[in-house]
Formats: sequence, structure tokens, C-alpha cells
Amino acid sequence: MSAQATRSARAVRRTRRIEAFKASARLFARNRMGVAGLAILTVFVILALFADVLAPESRLSVTDAPGAPLEPPSAQFWLGTDELGRSVLDLVIQGSQISLLVGFLATAISMLIGALVGITAGYFGSWTDVVLMRLTDWFLVIPFLPLAIVLAALLGRGLFVIAFVIGIVTWPGTARVVRAQVLTLKERPYVERARALGASDRQIIGRHILPNVFPLIFANTILVVAVAILTEATLSFLGLGDPFSVSWGSILESAFAEGAISLGAWWYLVPPGLCIVLVVLGFTMCGYAFDEILDPRLRKR
Amino acid sequence: MNRTLLEIKNLRVSYEVRGTKAPAVDGVDLTLQAGDALGLAGESGCGKSTLALACLGLLPRNATVEGSVRFLDTEVVGAKPGRLRALRWAGISMVFQGAMNAFNPVKRVGDQVVEAILLHQNVSRSEARGRMRELFEHVGIAPRRAGDYPHEFSGGMRQRVMIAMALACDPPLVIADEPTTALDVMIQAQILNLLAQLREERNLALLVITHDLSVLAQVTDRVAVMYAGRIVEEGFAAELLTTPRHPYTKSLVGAFPVVGDPASRGVPAGLPGDPPHPEARPRGCAFHPRCPAAFEPCDRIDPVLERHGSRLAACHLVAEEEAR
Repeated sequence: MSAQATRSARAVRRTRRIEAFKASARLFARNRMGVAGLAILTVFVILALFADVLAPESRLSVTDAPGAPLEPPSAQFWLGTDELGRSVLDLVIQGSQISLLVGFLATAISMLIGALVGITAGYFGSWTDVVLMRLTDWFLVIPFLPLAIVLAALLGRGLFVIAFVIGIVTWPGTARVVRAQVLTLKERPYVERARALGASDRQIIGRHILPNVFPLIFANTILVVAVAILTEATLSFLGLGDPFSVSWGSILESAFAEGAISLGAWWYLVPPGLCIVLVVLGFTMCGYAFDEILDPRLRKR
Repeated sequence: MNRTLLEIKNLRVSYEVRGTKAPAVDGVDLTLQAGDALGLAGESGCGKSTLALACLGLLPRNATVEGSVRFLDTEVVGAKPGRLRALRWAGISMVFQGAMNAFNPVKRVGDQVVEAILLHQNVSRSEARGRMRELFEHVGIAPRRAGDYPHEFSGGMRQRVMIAMALACDPPLVIADEPTTALDVMIQAQILNLLAQLREERNLALLVITHDLSVLAQVTDRVAVMYAGRIVEEGFAAELLTTPRHPYTKSLVGAFPVVGDPASRGVPAGLPGDPPHPEARPRGCAFHPRCPAAFEPCDRIDPVLERHGSRLAACHLVAEEEAR
């Protein structure tokens, strides 16, 4: 029993994890839908990462706009201009940063809370379950928009506040679904077998419950990313977003406010909407592919 | 080497269901020496599986356990969770019934066996994998199948892997709960041969739980018959299965045609009725309402388990026959 022995065991475990990851990656690469989804997401992620290079913020200046108001698409402005003469393409690229960031952040918060609450409630049962589920119900029935407005007013309007608000209101669904699945999982004979093996609660949850609810959590993640991105748009639309940053939601808002629909300025409305649809689609396609990898029974032979 | 492995003394287990206590095991004594093979027979609901789960301290929360289960020098009843976890599998392992359900469907079977080894032995993962391969070989599964998922195995193969898993930590005692249920006769025979062979090679003690007496004849030396949470007859397997004394054992034995005896073929005798509900145990001998040979004291006095030669029986009729 020495520190060295534990380190080597850890090293063994690490190489094993890397191998397992490589195996999953190979399976993913064979899945056409997954690759397509991943491609879409990669494009948007790259867009978001290099937003400041592709569409420098200086070009988004309100006072020093490069074009005339509401110019239709042209060689100079591929997606036309907004009411202030800024390139819509630049806006959309900048917006991807905020939209994705808020989407991911909110999803991470939501998944963490949802999975934790769901697994704890389902696995331990009795009063833990009762208390956690009442809490879940409470969050489930709170009207979402008033809560978001109140929170945004209390915490100030900013990116993290928006993400936090979305996270806080979307986790109960995940918690419910995860709990239901855990309830059936913990009665499975292999969980009893694991207990007979001498496994502790932590090991049973980590090795048997979590891998079995993971596809579910993952499938939910996708929905939540979509909901989070849409919610961000909603909040921005209502003027609850971060006033200093451009997101797809806030582009839609200004397009709506400027009457882009009645003016026929489709180039102002369609791109941000299309981006939202594409990103949601990308997540869904990736989600299906992951589902197949994580659940071997869905795998084609 | 005749040390006592498992000693069960006056074990009582009752389940609390909707406020009432239903005794499932009602005062059982059993001892098992190292290398012994004991069979536990009886109908569904007579407490066999509860007894097995009690040995591992695996009973659900609504169960109350009284009495004592000693494994070597550990008292299982009331043991601390950590102590129990250490005992499970390393001391007593279990072959579960219906092996298809005892595997996690999303994990490779080999990894699930490795998991058992890593939980109890301080070895690296690669050593554990090596050991897992040996075990696979031992139970007649090609080690290359270790990377497959449970659904890619047949029922018999899964049961073999289950046995490999049970042997993973070299436990002195293996409890097999209905090890051959849901397997066809050929596979049944293979699994039973495997158990018998492993027992001999490793000086393994076996506790085989089944309602199928032919299984016990094949792998055990002693058989205990349970009825309504108690042992009603216990003796050497060969003797007990050929010359049962307790009327209940007689009915169980009579329910099977004897291979090679054409006379018994068409006439397996059934036993009408069901075992009593644990909450409503009949007065006197629990079996008397169904007993074809019940007589005067049976509905008043509960018979105690008495020794008659090499046999233990709890029956007024047997006692009377002996007294004559």
C-alpha cells in the first residue's frame, strides 16, 4: 500500500477512460446524423469563438454604421442592414456568441440541479423524495415570466443572470423524468446484485444508476439547450436581456420593433430565426447519435 | 477441514406490510460446514429466498430480522453497513435467478465481473481483467466474449457468467437462488454439472435454493425442506428424496415423475391448495389443512423439529411412527 500503487491504479483508470472515449468517438463518426449535427454545431461554435475577428464590434457602432438603413442583401452586406445601417450578418455572428453562451450555461445549471435532485429523490426515496419533489413541484408551478422578471430586476440584467434564471426554471422537468427512471432502475435485479456484491450507495449510483439515466439526461439536455436558447430570445425580446450585448433574441426584438415584417425586410428577421432553428436541430441530431452510442441496444450491427 | 461456515440460529424475518407484520421466516436453524452443499426446497412463498437474502443482510427496509446468522466470526444480523459490504461477495456470493436481469444492460459483461473483483480486492484493473478472463475460461465461456453486452448472450451463457461472477472473489460460500429456472433441461444439466465440478475443485460450500427437487439430487448432499417459513424436514439428499417422511416432502417428491420408473410417469401427484398466507398461519401444524395424513393432534399442537436417526422432521405422524 503506497502512494505509488494508488497512482498507478489511477493511471490505469485514466488510460482506460481515454480508450473508452476513443471507442465512443469511433462509433459517433460512423453515425451520419450525428456527424451532420456535429458539423452544424461546430460551424456555430467556430462562428461564436471568432466572432470578434469575423465581425469586429467596431462595425456594430450605432453612430458610425457602415450602410444605409434597411438595405436589402448586396455584395457588400450579404444579409442586408438593420434600421441603423449595421450589417445583419455581423449582428448574427456577434449574436451567436451570446446565444450559445447563455444556452450552454443555462443548460449546465439546469442539468446539474435536475439530475442531482432526480437521482437523490428517486434513489433514496421516503422523506427525501417527498421533500425534493414538493420543491420540484413548487418550481414547476411558479409562473416563469414573472419569476424571470423579478429575478432580473433583483439581480440586475446580465448574461449570467439570464443563464441562472433559465437554469432555475427549467430543471424541474429533468428532475421529474430522471426520478421516474431511477425509481424503476433501483428495483432492477442488477442493482440488487450490485448490492450483494458489496457496493455502496455511491458506487451503485455511479456505476449502475448514472449510466442508465445518462441517455435520458442527455436527451433532456438537448431539449433544454433548445428551450434555453429560445428563452433567452424571449427574455431579450421583452427587454430583460443584457442591454450591452447582441443576441439572436435581441436582433429579433429590434426587427420586430422596427416593423421588419410590414416593411418586407425579411433579411432582418430570417437569419437570426434560422440560426436558432439550425442550432436546435444540430443539438437534436447529436443527441440521437449519442443516445445510440450510450444505449448499445439501439446500435445497428 | 470442517470448520463451520454458516450458522443460522432461530432466525425470524417478518415483513411489515400496511401495518401488519407477516413472518416470512419463522425460527430456522441451519448450519453449513466448509465444502458442504445444502439444498433448500419448498413451494413459492415459503421463505427460501428471504432466508438467502438474510444471509447477506440484503433484506428490504420493511423487514425485521431476529435471531442470529453467523458467517465464520461475523454476526450478519444487525451488522454495520461497512462490515456487511465487506462480507458480501468476498465471503458469501450469490447466483441470482434469471441471470438475464442480474446484469446491467448497458455495461459489458466482462466489466461487470471486473467490478466485483475491484470492489473487494486491492488489485489493478488489468490484473482484475486477467482474473476475469480466467474465470470465463473456467465456466466455459470464451474470454473474447467479455467485451459483449448481456443481450448478446444466451440464457445459459449468462448463467455461466453469473457463476463466474459469483466466484470472482473466491468466496467460501455461494448461494444459488433458483440457478436453473428458465433454462431448458439440457442447459440445466450443464449448469448443475458446472456447479458440482466447481464445488469439488474449490471446496466451495453451496446453498442451493429451488422448488425443483431434481436439481437438489444432482448437486447437494443435504436437503432441508421449508414450509411456511420453517424447516419441516432435513436429511441427506439421497435418502430424503427417495424415502421422504414428512407428508409435505412426500407430496413434493410425488409431484415429479422418476426417471427410469415408468410407473411414475403418467401420475405425478399434485398437492391441492396453496401454502398459508404468512399473516394467517393455521393453528397447530401449519401444513395440516393440506396434509393428506393429518390426524388428531395436528390442528392443535405445533410439531417441533426432532431428530429421527439421520433425519430431522417436524411432524406428529413421523414422531408416532418412530415411537412404535
